Amino acid sequence: MADLGRRDWVVIGGGLVGAAIAWGLARAGARPLVLDEGDCAPRASRANFALVWVQGKGLGHPHYALWSRDSAERWPRFAAELEAETGIDVALRQPGGFTFCLSQAELERERADVEQIARETGPRAAGFEVLDPAQTRARLPAVGATVAGSIYSPCDGHVNVLLALRALHAAMAARGCDYRAGHPVRLIEPVPDGFRITGEWGRLLAGRVVLAAGLGCERLAPMVGLACPLKASRGQVIVTEKCAPFFPYASTAVLQAAEGGFLIGASQDASGSILTSQQISAVMAQRAIRVFPALAAVNVVRTWAGFRVKTRDGHPVYDQSESAPGAFIAAGHSGVTLAANHALVLAPQILAGRLDPGLGPYSARRFLVPQDH
Amino acid sequence: MFRKIIEPRAPLAFTFDGRPCSAAPGDSVAAALLRAGIGAFRTSAPGGRPRGPHCLMGACFDCLVTIDGIANRQGCMVEVAEGMAVQSQHGLRGLPGGCRE
Repeated sequence: MADLGRRDWVVIGGGLVGAAIAWGLARAGARPLVLDEGDCAPRASRANFALVWVQGKGLGHPHYALWSRDSAERWPRFAAELEAETGIDVALRQPGGFTFCLSQAELERERADVEQIARETGPRAAGFEVLDPAQTRARLPAVGATVAGSIYSPCDGHVNVLLALRALHAAMAARGCDYRAGHPVRLIEPVPDGFRITGEWGRLLAGRVVLAAGLGCERLAPMVGLACPLKASRGQVIVTEKCAPFFPYASTAVLQAAEGGFLIGASQDASGSILTSQQISAVMAQRAIRVFPALAAVNVVRTWAGFRVKTRDGHPVYDQSESAPGAFIAAGHSGVTLAANHALVLAPQILAGRLDPGLGPYSARRFLVPQDH
Repeated sequence: MFRKIIEPRAPLAFTFDGRPCSAAPGDSVAAALLRAGIGAFRTSAPGGRPRGPHCLMGACFDCLVTIDGIANRQGCMVEVAEGMAVQSQHGLRGLPGGCRE
């Protein structure tokens, strides 16, 4: 049992959320210790579709539409800072994204959603165009005959998420963060002047603590007087062989990584199994082939499943404990899209010891009140 | 560098970039090319550097060649067939109908 002593700042979780916050804290002058789990953790940061995506987000919740859009707009600066500090180009591409619809009903549903979001969000809502089949084909001659239309938004894009995570960790190290893999946290106990944190590896005293442990936040949050009910939402991704540039945009169904491989996604189911379902892969592949028939000839090199960190309403949780005010939490879906906000906006607020009232809609307290709908 | 321990009685004829080569029945394309003294099967997409087989067991994707007009075939995973036309691969596999931003 090691005693890691007393640390001013401890971030629990070294994925995209934890690393973005730890780097953001370090960038603003702190030297956090980051406690991470090992290779057996679910690790949504390594198993996701790598979209920096705004389109369709925030239906009924304009603050979330704008929070997503702000982060997407902040991503170029975030990526440039990471490259300047580490030399790693995270392959951020923001050429806009398509939602492909395979029936008229699907197109009408998607259109109704983006129109409602635009109405609710006001002038700063993400722009979009509803394209009929001919307009879709004019932009993308390779789309299949059964594509019933698409929605295009110029705000969307993608990034190489593995490089982004590597860059964040390199930048964290360069700024003096102390990163400990294989350090799962068993217990957090509020004590006078901070928190006692223990695990199989040993113990330490933290002045302030940030929970950024993905699905692990559900177990950890009550230890510091917060609530964070989560569900694991499984998604599968198919990765193909590398091909010449073919589809230079983002989409929720298919995207082509900078190196040439296609990613085909993204299913959603409640299974807890890390094994991929071939039935689900088949449906995803069929949909992708209907969008781009040329993909039928492309070889699959791997498939995998990951677990989204989902709250009940799908929006993230950002909060500060009332009973133990040195404890903060950041959890939820879209750790890729929101990484720029986490590093550049949320981390400085955490460092200042107070979250901006603008983040009020993301308080974990919303899960304590019985919903009337 | 490589030679067959037992010379095949009925060798198969195929070509690599138009050059006649031979293989024993059951040889992989990669094994037959290595025996023909060919080490570089392709050039890498990012840097145009020569690449050849590394793992010979289907994992590394470094032995990619174009076989009978289809690119990105793994040389180590395809058996030579009589008359096969194998070509070195330069750059990424192209797909019909691709578009630019």
